[in-house]
Amino acid sequence: MDDGRRRMTGRRALDEAILPTLTALLVALVAGDLLILSYGQAPGAVWRLMLDGTWGNAYGIGQVLYKATTLTCTGLAVAVGLRAGLFNIGAESQLAAGGFCAAMMALLVPPAFGPIVAVPLCIVAAALGGAAVGFVPGLLRARFGAHEVIATIMLNFVVLALLNWVMASGGLAVPETLHTRATPHAAVPRLASVFDAFHGSAANFTIVVAVLLTLVIAWLLFRTRLGYELRAVGLQPAAAENGGIRVPRTWLVAMVLSGAIAGIGGTNFVLGYKTYYEDGFAGGAGFLGIAVTLVGRNHPLGVVLAALFFATLSQGGLAIHALVPKQMVEVLEGVVILAVATSGHRVRRLLRMRPRTGAPAAPVAAPVTPPATAGAASTTVRG
Amino acid sequence: MPRHAATPRTTAAGPAVRMTGIVKRFGAVTANADASLVVTPGEIHAVVGENGAGKSTLLRVLSGMFTPDAGTVEVFGRDVTGWSTAQAIAAGVGMVHQHFMLVPTLTVAENVVLGIEPTSGLRFDRAQAERRLAELARTSGLACEPGRLVRDLSVGEAQRVEILKTLYRGARLLILDEPTAVLSPPEVDELWRVLRTLRDGGATVVLVTHKLDELMDVTDHITVMRAGRTVGALVTRRTTPAAIATAMVGRAVALDASGMPIGAAVSGTDDAEGTRDAATTATTATHHVFRAPDVGVPTPAYSDTPRLALEELVIAGTRRARAVDALSLRVQPGEIVGIAGVEGNGQTELVEAIAGLREVERGRILVDGTDVTRFPVGKRLRHGITHIPEDRHARGLVLDYSIAENLILGRQRHFARSGRIDRRRVRQFAEERIAAFDIRPADPDLPARALSGGNQQKIVVAREMPADFRVLLASQPTRGVDVGAIEFIHDQLRAARRAGKAILLVSAELNEILALSDRIAVMYGGRIVHVVPRAEASEESLGPWMTGAAA
Amino acid sequence: MIGAILLQTLRIAVPYLFAASGGVLAERAGIVSLALEGFMLGGAFGATLGAYYGGSAWAGLAAGIAAGLLLGAIHALACVRFGANQIVAGVALNLMVVGLTRFFLRLAFGSSSNSPRVAGFGGEGSAGALATFANPLLWLGLAVMPVLAFVVMRTRFGLRVRAVGEKPEAAESLGVRVNGVRWLAVVTSGGLAALGGCWLALDQHQFTDQMTAGRGFIALAAVIFGRWEPVRAGVACLLFAFAEALQIQVQGTNAIPSQFVAMIPYVLTLVALAGLVGRSVPPAALGRSDG
Repeated sequence: MDDGRRRMTGRRALDEAILPTLTALLVALVAGDLLILSYGQAPGAVWRLMLDGTWGNAYGIGQVLYKATTLTCTGLAVAVGLRAGLFNIGAESQLAAGGFCAAMMALLVPPAFGPIVAVPLCIVAAALGGAAVGFVPGLLRARFGAHEVIATIMLNFVVLALLNWVMASGGLAVPETLHTRATPHAAVPRLASVFDAFHGSAANFTIVVAVLLTLVIAWLLFRTRLGYELRAVGLQPAAAENGGIRVPRTWLVAMVLSGAIAGIGGTNFVLGYKTYYEDGFAGGAGFLGIAVTLVGRNHPLGVVLAALFFATLSQGGLAIHALVPKQMVEVLEGVVILAVATSGHRVRRLLRMRPRTGAPAAPVAAPVTPPATAGAASTTVRG
Repeated sequence: MPRHAATPRTTAAGPAVRMTGIVKRFGAVTANADASLVVTPGEIHAVVGENGAGKSTLLRVLSGMFTPDAGTVEVFGRDVTGWSTAQAIAAGVGMVHQHFMLVPTLTVAENVVLGIEPTSGLRFDRAQAERRLAELARTSGLACEPGRLVRDLSVGEAQRVEILKTLYRGARLLILDEPTAVLSPPEVDELWRVLRTLRDGGATVVLVTHKLDELMDVTDHITVMRAGRTVGALVTRRTTPAAIATAMVGRAVALDASGMPIGAAVSGTDDAEGTRDAATTATTATHHVFRAPDVGVPTPAYSDTPRLALEELVIAGTRRARAVDALSLRVQPGEIVGIAGVEGNGQTELVEAIAGLREVERGRILVDGTDVTRFPVGKRLRHGITHIPEDRHARGLVLDYSIAENLILGRQRHFARSGRIDRRRVRQFAEERIAAFDIRPADPDLPARALSGGNQQKIVVAREMPADFRVLLASQPTRGVDVGAIEFIHDQLRAARRAGKAILLVSAELNEILALSDRIAVMYGGRIVHVVPRAEASEESLGPWMTGAAA
Repeated sequence: MIGAILLQTLRIAVPYLFAASGGVLAERAGIVSLALEGFMLGGAFGATLGAYYGGSAWAGLAAGIAAGLLLGAIHALACVRFGANQIVAGVALNLMVVGLTRFFLRLAFGSSSNSPRVAGFGGEGSAGALATFANPLLWLGLAVMPVLAFVVMRTRFGLRVRAVGEKPEAAESLGVRVNGVRWLAVVTSGGLAALGGCWLALDQHQFTDQMTAGRGFIALAAVIFGRWEPVRAGVACLLFAFAEALQIQVQGTNAIPSQFVAMIPYVLTLVALAGLVGRSVPPAALGRSDG
């Protein structure tokens, strides 16, 4: 009689993964239409222009790839945190700190060594810089059980202000600017140097780093002991604790790792695009990383796709600026996040899709939405 | 002042409460199969029974929380079957739950008046609330300090506030669900005094409990429930605690020649005045009939170094000051020690402490002579202490992990080479465990969430009983598990015992304890009050110890 | 000079006081207030639009409050009605408001950075003491915390807010409409924070892109640092404002760089989180979406 009732079919898993994203895209489409119409333009024309300006020509593709590279890194960073049950809102400052450290390393490394030596060193420096910024909220959570949400938000301001001061108070910055001296010997070559078509775009071979990073993180999360323990802590910390996993230490490791990944993202601008650090280069990419991982359902592959999506939106905003203010894109970003956050089981109920019979509606655990414990000051776990 | 109820509060003749033929099901579980209750106005009435007997469910039907699937409910002569809690409160029926519904950061007065606060203009008239409350406290005999914060109150004081809440809303019929479960002995005395005062003031009190020692002085009538049915309605002064306990747990199962049970348990006795029930089938979701323990197996050899030794353990609790109070116990290799007792007497805290999930205030835990009291969980695992947690969904499994991933939880290091998990070895291991424990469906990649309760538990058991474990802490190992899986798990436990392992078994199911244990220790109030070899134990002899009736 | 510093302190503190009061109310009811920044910015924009099209500061004030109430309602809809993760919803709302204000800034005024000059409550020299004290928003801002303290501690609504933020099950079991209380608290917090934005826009006589510049988060820091109590949070606001005012006065001497002064609220909150200034315990049901 007992053959084990299947409560979660493949179909339902697919629903959980795809449905919120589709809903969000739909909502974004509708919201965009409304905004376009309010500006007196025709939605069809605007969307077409957006596609032309992004995927319709090599320069556009290049720009999309460039922006997606940074977003992939910040998205991965937030994803790693979420997988461990932590909400890292500090990707923005971790990104900036990483870029800063990369620039500092580039200034330290003598030009004679060339990019083969300089670039890897700079990437390591970037990772360490981001990791250091991720360490603080990780420690606060592990030792004191403090909200990592609030801690990362506060630290964002502190770190960004600090970096601003370093640039503004002279010494490091080129006079009359807020950026450091250019370091071409530590530059990552542009894609245009190999593929002529990308001429003029900022796309560079940091994209390779981002791709590699995605593969490494995917491997880490799903193939290693560390990833196994990290995900277990994020899914069910009480069970993880029962299995001898040290939960607070895992939180700390997750935050440090998350910060390091975001830091590496900083090299896209600092080594690949400008070959110097500029105050404020992060430009909101850290916060967008949250959106990227939400839409990407917390999975490395999803993050890449979502990064491409948001990068398309961002670049597309520039392309449509003649017709509609590019700020429309920023509104859409917020709308998409909100739509993803409020969808899920509500949407299914709206579409009158009930969970399969027999199963008491077990709340689907949250690898894809920030779990209820993310940001909570207390858990059921000791310490 | 209490609000006016819509119905007359007392009738000249007729019971305050009459419930007949109540049936209530939750999915596959039948909580009330044929329950009844008759309460005289102005009395204190106790509803007693083991865990899972259906007492709480019955009273929640009465209070309006649940609608019965069948049967009728009459309160003060009025048919109120299926009413809502709001209607019940308006009619003067108030329920005090086991888990208090109080806001810790507000004062007593604020908690009592929440929802019907007196106001003067925009202001919440705190002074008036406190005045009314003080008046109510005076007339009802419940002492309280209206201005104190609830979080500063003791458990007994908090309970009084809960009672005051119901009285403030005009309750004339009070229902209390396991009110003494969280109280210390002096607080229990205080509660009885309060209830008597309320009764003398004309209120009717119905309380759910399983602690018999205290009932004899306080109650007027006792209704006994077992397996979802009412099996006895007794007059307190004409019965004895032993008789009540017997009615609660039923007679022992008769065995035939091959050791299998004949028929089913028979309820009711001839000693006490009450209903004699016909033979009923006892195999409900909560009441199983277990095979008798192995006969002819030699008793475990007692060595100087016990496998597991607990010395004077003191463990802090969340409700009571001490969940475990100077507890000592030894388990030998090749022995199953069963801890019998009603839930909430410290068993959970004890097992958690031995597993390393809870701190020990004083005392020591030793495994084969090694002091493991301060070891973290991982280190205890490596010392051979394994743990089947009582809540498999919270502590036992990561439901979104596959069967295989759950099976390696705790020893993932063994399967990792330089950080990378060897998936082939994991799969091999998982397939072996799945086969050995007959886990179905036998697909290692299936998420644990997709399995039935019994198979989920088998994952936990398979994981926690590797070849090399030394001490197993099995807490409610067959709760919510179907019959086939129960037998399987029991066989595994017996096999481990034969292989020389030590097992500490905690179960609220007395039959399970009796079916598996070599020795039985009864836990009550955080202490071990009785230890007895299996041969000398029975449901009747243990019942009084479990309920505190045996002094 | 002391007088100048004190005056500056009050002027800087007003938006913090408004936003922090909204934060205290919403968080005491159990809803995380990350959207204060968005509420404030929306209020500033609304005030600008209102003052421009309505011709007076009062019209601006009304419009600003309306904007705040609307944004608060959106936040409540997402968090209370749909049970969305409150942190995500807050971040999303902030992003949306930045985009919306920029979008409509272009639409209405054709500029991407600032609006034309609008009427305020003061005349030309509105930074002076006379003009400041004649500004009704100043007095409102100074009064908001004491009033909130009264509401939270002494009214029926405040009692229910506190109950709902600590143990919603208890309130629910007594017939209190938990969702209704939370709706009211969040929408009101939107209006209150928007008042802070109104002050900014009407004081500077224009709307500039992202003019709130993180003030909403400083207000949140004040709420946490003040342990979710109105008076304490108010003192924290004044403290942060004082540090800023001090720094502005000594700006020429470069004694403390402005960036470090800007950091003070955040560093203090981090310190509070680590429990170094006594335990900072949030309302028990804060952030729970099931609640």
